[in-house]
Amino acid sequence: MKKRVIEFNNYSFKYHSQAAPTLHDINITVFEGEKVLIVGPSGSGKSTIGHCINGLVPFSYKGEATGSLKIMGKDAHSIDIFSRSKIVGTVLQDPDGQFIGLTVGEDIAFTLENDCTEQGVMKNLVEETAKMVEMDEYLSSSIHHLSGGQKQRVSLAGVMVDKVEIILFDEPLANLDPATGQYAIELIDQIHKETNTTVVIIEHRLEDVLHRHVDRIIVVDDGLIVADMCPDKLLSSEILESSHIREPLYVRAAKYAGCDVIEEMMPSQLHSFSIETCKDKLLDWFEKANDAVPKEIKLPVLQLKDISFRYAPAHETIKGISLSVEKGEMVSIVGKNGAGKSTLSKIICGFEKPRSGSILFKAQDITGDTIKERSLRIGMVMQNPNHMISKHLVFDEVVLGLIIRGVPENEAKKKVEKVLKICGLYPFRNWPISALSFGQKKRVTIASILVLEPEVIILDEPTAGQDLRHYTEMMDFLAELNRQGMTIILITHDMHLMLEYTTRAIVMDKGRIIADDPPSVILTDSEITRQANLKETSLLFLAKRVGIKEPKEFVEHFIAYDREVRRQWQ
Amino acid sequence: MLKRNQLSIRTIVAIGIGAAVFIILAKFAAIPSPVPNTSIQTSYAFLALMAVVFGPIAGGLIGLIGHALNDAISYGSVWWSWVVVSMIVGLLIGLASKKIDIESGIFNTKKIITFNVVQVIAQGIGWFLIAPALDILIYAEPANKVFLQGLFAGVSNMVTVGVIGTLLLAGYAKTRSRSNSLTREL
Amino acid sequence: MAVEMLAYIDRKSPIHQLTGVSKLICFIVWSSAAMLTYDTRILAFLFIFSIVIFIVSKIKVSEVSFVLIFILVFLFINNLAIYLFSPQEGVKIYGSSHVLIEIAGRYDVTIEQIFYQCNVTLKYFAVIPVALLFIVTTHPSEFAASLNKIGVSYRISYAVALALRYIPDVQRDFRTIALSQQARGIDMSKKEKLPIRIKNAASIIFPLILSSLDKIETISNAMELRGFGKGNKRTWYSARPFQTGDYVTLVVFGIIFVTAMVVTFHDGNRFYNPFES
Repeated sequence: MKKRVIEFNNYSFKYHSQAAPTLHDINITVFEGEKVLIVGPSGSGKSTIGHCINGLVPFSYKGEATGSLKIMGKDAHSIDIFSRSKIVGTVLQDPDGQFIGLTVGEDIAFTLENDCTEQGVMKNLVEETAKMVEMDEYLSSSIHHLSGGQKQRVSLAGVMVDKVEIILFDEPLANLDPATGQYAIELIDQIHKETNTTVVIIEHRLEDVLHRHVDRIIVVDDGLIVADMCPDKLLSSEILESSHIREPLYVRAAKYAGCDVIEEMMPSQLHSFSIETCKDKLLDWFEKANDAVPKEIKLPVLQLKDISFRYAPAHETIKGISLSVEKGEMVSIVGKNGAGKSTLSKIICGFEKPRSGSILFKAQDITGDTIKERSLRIGMVMQNPNHMISKHLVFDEVVLGLIIRGVPENEAKKKVEKVLKICGLYPFRNWPISALSFGQKKRVTIASILVLEPEVIILDEPTAGQDLRHYTEMMDFLAELNRQGMTIILITHDMHLMLEYTTRAIVMDKGRIIADDPPSVILTDSEITRQANLKETSLLFLAKRVGIKEPKEFVEHFIAYDREVRRQWQ
Repeated sequence: MLKRNQLSIRTIVAIGIGAAVFIILAKFAAIPSPVPNTSIQTSYAFLALMAVVFGPIAGGLIGLIGHALNDAISYGSVWWSWVVVSMIVGLLIGLASKKIDIESGIFNTKKIITFNVVQVIAQGIGWFLIAPALDILIYAEPANKVFLQGLFAGVSNMVTVGVIGTLLLAGYAKTRSRSNSLTREL
Repeated sequence: MAVEMLAYIDRKSPIHQLTGVSKLICFIVWSSAAMLTYDTRILAFLFIFSIVIFIVSKIKVSEVSFVLIFILVFLFINNLAIYLFSPQEGVKIYGSSHVLIEIAGRYDVTIEQIFYQCNVTLKYFAVIPVALLFIVTTHPSEFAASLNKIGVSYRISYAVALALRYIPDVQRDFRTIALSQQARGIDMSKKEKLPIRIKNAASIIFPLILSSLDKIETISNAMELRGFGKGNKRTWYSARPFQTGDYVTLVVFGIIFVTAMVVTFHDGNRFYNPFES
């Protein structure tokens, strides 16, 4: 019998600041050396489970707990947070918050410094650990020169340096582009195998985590454990669907085709998934399809002509970009971190002045317009809603831009109410914004831009950090706006979002546009996906394995079908 | 437990981040004022807020570290006589943090008056007495010049903290208020 | 308002070789000496010596010129103000009056006043090169360790390290917020009337405060989870061991400080008076 390292027994927990308990009577056991994944929608309590394991509950977040929690066989409440940190190492979601040191070496050494480790010993240990995550070349690099993936590797080294028994990952994929995320999962797997540490991963991007083997998946919904089983068994059940967690797309496709997915087919990884029995069904399902949408040509609303830009003299961030967006389009801009996506959107909004080139709005040159003038035509919604919200009440926040523009009060009120209704925020109009969820806050920021009636709206990562249900709500809302004639530009890392909702994807790499095509074309082009750190969709491999000759069309068919199905369970 | 009398980790982080924000506000968020060559320093309104939220030690250290680092990285030298003033202002305003108890979510007229009386006294001591005294002591500058300087800096900062500081505190208090009486209105 | 910031400049020089602790102590000793003394001979010596150190450091004047220009402008205005407010301050201090140019009554230019104002200016000049060097030759990582070594509690030293670490992050947040608010028409530049400007400033600062409070929360959690604050002491990865050069430097600075104080105060007056016969 293996040693039990984490044991929740009839454990319930309620935060002091909340009325209802977050965890109800949960039972979880994790054994030594296991690799366990905890999934669940936002607000399900999965992060609270993480906090209970690493000691933030109850040492930082106070509340009432009943039942028992044992860590390494000892009652968790008897292990204070410092001793706890010797047992459980946590890699947090936000690399900028976790990375405390100024340089890589210092950050990895942080725990050792707190233990008063002698400097010579410390330097050796840091170097050794940095090698494991392939960061030993960067020990003296400043945090500000690292990519998101590198920061995460440093965070991992920072907890590994202490030889902990359990490593806890809190949404490790949240800030990473698809290819970097895949690499992170490979690294976690490698560390797990080499050190035999117990690994607990909290994440809702299930398919990405399943890129490498996990022993067990625990599904949390509404504070309850709704499943605790091996991945193959879970994927052949209906549990994920009812908990609103996105199944791997290839499993979804097989289910749509009417295949009976069972545990023996080993659906947890695509290459092991035996699809012999459902090949015919998939082929059949694909052939029934006919969902080509005729494309109509419209007038260009926004045109960029040969735009160049640089922050520092030596380094060109945007290199001679030209593109044209038509009225009523929904376009995504994708590419790896640092490819120039955000900079390009800032240039479009006038936040940055291009060094050369011109910007046309409906054939009128707006290159010299101020931010304020530009904002009448083009609205920008930032990734972090907290960066935009400055008022206490929902109504006040949305009306702010109108008041400043001198719109009469009556008219402003009407406009705000209309926009709040569109955004589904009307019932909350007199609520304090702090009482809203992250997704609702995001909608408040969209409303505060919409109310100014721009013709084009740019959204930076509109769905980051949202689970499938909120994701679907948000994207359907944007799709509806688009149907009403709004031109929408999305900047995103989410491959599925781009496939599912946009008709055209612009791929950027190193300040250039390297592709501009329908998403299904891009995600089936291995050269482009490799260059831009994107990931080919698993549907493509499925199509190839089934022997479908037009994999691109197969992907398109899946998207159309899936959208229809999900619209129904709304 | 031996750590009772020491600063909590949260306070230490608040000092560090507070100092960074103080610097950024001092550098980038000064509002041009009608008097030539002067600007309204929003950083002191922020300092007052942090002092009220995190207490006198945090307030004093944010003033000290923020002002000293800002002088150092912006001007290459540190004007200690004025740095000391920032520290004392932060510290003195922080003394009122228990009385104002902003975490309760209540920031009524009485508390607004308390806050403003305290900030005016704190800044009065700092700008009208300590700053000129140190300038005379260290640099032997003419008394009437440094008192006038102190008077100008003091009054403009009192007004800034009085207006923006009060606005910020009121905003902060609102985010602390309990919101369990909310209902959806159709 | 200087928008550029001074930062560490990497170079191979004897000054860079010194540990952060030595540089910090020297900076404090030097500043104290220049603040306490008003003896022209000492100030002149300090100034010349600091120029020599500056040359040794291999830092180019052009690399710090934006700061120097600011300081020169500041000193010019300061001198003007001193003269306007107290044109006979020098006469008061040195107890004699040699009128050089007659203007009108109290605004007559005296040699004493000129000498006094030269001293004020020199007092600033004597500190500037050393202060500048301290900032551009000390690696920020070493700074907190040095503070801790000279007796500041490691908790407060770490707060300083955090400030240095997060200045760029806060700056980026501030820029994002200010731009997105500007896009909605909220402006705090001269284009708006003053009362609106002030209100708008609050609308920009407030989101920055809220996001900073979030940051404080995340960072405290991260530090707590990695065992910060468990002991009465901690070690520092980036601290450097003392070498011969450090000891020599500290002794030299110590001697300079003591000599300066003795020369300044031996006659009971911190001013050097060339007008006395």
